[in-house]
Amino acid sequence: MEYIIIIIGAVFVNNIVLAQFLGICPYLGVSARVSTSIGMSGAVMFVMTLATLVTFLIYNYILTPFEITYLQTISYILVVASLVQMVEIILKKVSPALYQALGIFLPLIVTNCAILGVTILAVREDYGFHLLEAVVFSIGHALGFALTIILFAGIREHLDLVDVPKGMRGAPAALVVAGILALAFMGFANLV
Amino acid sequence: MGQLQNFTKGFVKDNPVFVLLLGLCPALGVTTSAFNGLGMGLATTFVLVSSNIVVSLIKNFIPSKVRIPSYIVVIASFVTITELVMEAFIPALFESLGLFIPLIVVNCLVMGRAEAFASKNNTFSSIIDGLGMGLGFAFALTMLGGLREVLGTGEIFGLSLYAGDGMLVFVLAPGAFIGLGYLVALNNIVKKKLY
Repeated sequence: MEYIIIIIGAVFVNNIVLAQFLGICPYLGVSARVSTSIGMSGAVMFVMTLATLVTFLIYNYILTPFEITYLQTISYILVVASLVQMVEIILKKVSPALYQALGIFLPLIVTNCAILGVTILAVREDYGFHLLEAVVFSIGHALGFALTIILFAGIREHLDLVDVPKGMRGAPAALVVAGILALAFMGFANLV
Repeated sequence: MGQLQNFTKGFVKDNPVFVLLLGLCPALGVTTSAFNGLGMGLATTFVLVSSNIVVSLIKNFIPSKVRIPSYIVVIASFVTITELVMEAFIPALFESLGLFIPLIVVNCLVMGRAEAFASKNNTFSSIIDGLGMGLGFAFALTMLGGLREVLGTGEIFGLSLYAGDGMLVFVLAPGAFIGLGYLVALNNIVKKKLY
């Protein structure tokens, strides 16, 4: 039951894009088509879960015992960057089909602040997660990212056909649409 | 390109937030007030200028294959310095910016300037570029923070402008997106008039 609450909280209440403003760059950058946004969400889900697993272990079994938690930022970004590189190499060998599908999105993920943000949030003391909870937490946030980016891509495909005032064309219109979507997600506040 | 142009390009013409759409996560996340926006902008400026200096100094020693990880380590070191200094001297601002301080590491703006400018230019131009882009970023964040603060709470930098509560939605998440949307549109119009 508590895992379900974590997931619902991560997907709807504290939605990573619309409530916490993480991962805005891919959210605006690769949401022009539904198909590319599905590829991006797949890659994010994959890397976010793995990265949370690894960084959670590093934080609790290396950084905390040696009292060097101020190295958190540096060690985490290196873990994320090398993990992405590793996943890319392994996928290329093991599953070329999946590699083709995720292909260009994997390198982009290094600078996706959603990944680094969730790995830092997962070890926050006030949550007090143990390993499995932290992994479920990251899966929930990845699902939330997938939901919002696919919804947004669906809307943007239609936005292309609409006659928007000149100054608002492109990014401004997309941002206002994202704002209205965030307004809709506010309805989920206090759900959990 | 003259140094003056190099400096001023970050404000309207190539503003990192309004035109390049880089570093949007902190731009939306911390701008609940003009002061927070300014603080975040200045913290990013410090990291940007420092990493630009170091990257432009070491650019000839770093093999191009490992340049991205090396830049990340340089940037992450300066972010850690900023984090520790802010926690020690301005704890209130540190608290309200929260998660977004460590996340300066993955601000595409910092990495982007290291890769696109500092790795190709001399140290002096890199400092000017870092200052211009960083202050442009701070300018954008202060504008957005000010807009949200005025509309949302009726105050600016804590000074009360009009009586009443204001529109709460502008302080909350949707207001960030909508406010930024209209500021980008405004910048598009101003840019067309100027250039």
